[in-house]
Amino acid sequence: MMHTAMSELEVDPLSLPDARGHFGAYGGMYVPETLMTPLFELTEAYESARKDPEFQRALDFQLREFAGRPTNLYFADRLTQHCGGAKIYLKREDLLHTGAHKINNALGQALLAKRMGKTRIIAETGAGQHGIATAAMCAKLGFECVIYMGEEDMRRQALNVYRMRLCGAEVRGVSAGQKTLKEAVNEAMRDWVTNVRTTHYIIGSALGSHPFPMMVRDFHRVIGEECRRQIMEKEGRLPDEVAACVGGGSNAIGIFFAFLQDLNVRLTGVEAGGREIKRGHHAARFEGGQLGVLQGAKTWILQDPEGQIDLTHSVSAGLDYAAVGPEHAYYKEKGRIDFGYATDAEALQAFQDLCAIEGIVPALESSHGIAYTMRRAREMSSDQIIIGNLSGRGDKDVQEAARVLGAS
Amino acid sequence: MNRIEKAFARAREENRAAFVAYLCAGDPDFAGSVAACRAVLESGVDVLELGVPFSDPLADGLTNQLAAQRALESGSDSQRVLDLVTAIREFSEVPIIFYTYYNLVFAQGSERYAARAKAAGVDGILTLDLPPEEAAEHLAACAKHDVKTVFIVAPTTPESRLERICEATTGFVYYVSREGVTGEQASMSESIQANVAQIKQHTDLPVVVGFGISNADHVRTVAQAADGVVVGSAIVNCIAENATDRAAISASLRAKMGMLLEGDALSKQ
Repeated sequence: MMHTAMSELEVDPLSLPDARGHFGAYGGMYVPETLMTPLFELTEAYESARKDPEFQRALDFQLREFAGRPTNLYFADRLTQHCGGAKIYLKREDLLHTGAHKINNALGQALLAKRMGKTRIIAETGAGQHGIATAAMCAKLGFECVIYMGEEDMRRQALNVYRMRLCGAEVRGVSAGQKTLKEAVNEAMRDWVTNVRTTHYIIGSALGSHPFPMMVRDFHRVIGEECRRQIMEKEGRLPDEVAACVGGGSNAIGIFFAFLQDLNVRLTGVEAGGREIKRGHHAARFEGGQLGVLQGAKTWILQDPEGQIDLTHSVSAGLDYAAVGPEHAYYKEKGRIDFGYATDAEALQAFQDLCAIEGIVPALESSHGIAYTMRRAREMSSDQIIIGNLSGRGDKDVQEAARVLGAS
Repeated sequence: MNRIEKAFARAREENRAAFVAYLCAGDPDFAGSVAACRAVLESGVDVLELGVPFSDPLADGLTNQLAAQRALESGSDSQRVLDLVTAIREFSEVPIIFYTYYNLVFAQGSERYAARAKAAGVDGILTLDLPPEEAAEHLAACAKHDVKTVFIVAPTTPESRLERICEATTGFVYYVSREGVTGEQASMSESIQANVAQIKQHTDLPVVVGFGISNADHVRTVAQAADGVVVGSAIVNCIAENATDRAAISASLRAKMGMLLEGDALSKQ
């Protein structure tokens, strides 16, 4: 399979987005005027930091010493046996400090905010993993920290709410709408519009207005870079497929990016299929979504024909969101990233399987990716390799899983 | 002269600022919204901004969010919003500006959106989350259907952006008098006068000032500096406080308008 002639990706992934954040027809800057200039300033500050060896050194140091990089690329031998197909490797982002890949981005943006002289940090969070990563960085670097979180998410991720508070963050519950991630983003944007001179908004996924999708992607690219090197060391060749769950899509673009030009490596994003693919019962934007503009970016969105945003559902708070990151929409259009979905039930089964077979408790978000990885491995042959991105650990989900699964 | 030009010309002739009122279309329901619009229009409004209810109004404060929620819950949709304009046109020639979010425009397509708005009697569109940089298609559609555009200038807008914003604007410029989302505030920024003057170096169109104006003193301060004074949350609150009692809404709105305009607050001194 590695002997077929490589054709080139028609675009250099590093050339995207353009200066105003477009990934082809997607992305851009769809924000109120108040934010335009701060976003230009942020873009400039980020471009300058990115080129500054001092900043890169500080980032690398903290990723290693504070966050715990590199993470292992782990051969899941028992899971491989269980599925009876392709060799399954798991990229262990769950082993990072604060429990998920989110720390890569929180760390990068917090260092950037320090460099920009901001004194206050705000963030939204769904599952709480971005919230706790941000709260930890704020504790470490001495920022005032406010985290916006939907009240429904505060209920189902109560452990993370307490962890954020322990790190000194103020967690503000959001009671609007369906009380989940989308409403938390709205509220964080309102705060930012009001306090933009002192405050940096660490957006938690590859979402929103430029430069966020680019910046968040860049801070997570380390996942794929490590992963590519590690699989070459372990197997002497690239994998046949890499899979990752996609809410906004930060862990996915992070692990995919290093493989974009390896056209023989299939890349698959796994959305939340919820109860079923029926309006209001899922969060799979490529299954019934439409092109639209939400919270700063043009992308695929679950919405009604009038442009009102649909309700969404997923058992995992982190995937329960109506829009997908614009870069994913672009590579979907180009046919470079495929998308599938896992339902609540499939994710819960994968959650239990990974615990029972490998002794690893995955986050419910990551369990969607694991469900797909297991399903796909079964269809593949034993000389093939699939890598699943285990983007976070599931300690936060144990109580909710017990409730949903009816365990005592 | 179009309705927008006429409204500002009349105010200028009367040596005063124009009063720009914001209400959310369909708040608290269709009939209530017609009555609310009638109440403010009969109390001295020169320009009516109609908020088009959106599920995710991220540039709006709580007052306007709740108004949009009431409207959507009562069954408002794009056709009902246009029906409201038609209903207002039966008794008023006030210029009507849609205050909307881009996804609502994009979902229909800018062309269709502008054409339908124009046919119903809408004079202008302000798209809150569509900066001039992304607006080429929208601007072309508005020009084609003779719908005027309104763009916002914020306190964070540097002078270097004014040219671009004013170029995209064909109706009037809306200067946001403080950072943040919509809502009442206790004191007015002193820099309004200087900022309006700066904007006027880049356009001959009227400049209105809004966000947070809640009493006659505020109106008086802004009226000295600007061509128009925008009041939103302060009057939307009259609906929020009386959402179940239509007669009380109209009375409350009339009283609030009287209070805001007290002592000839709009007049230029």
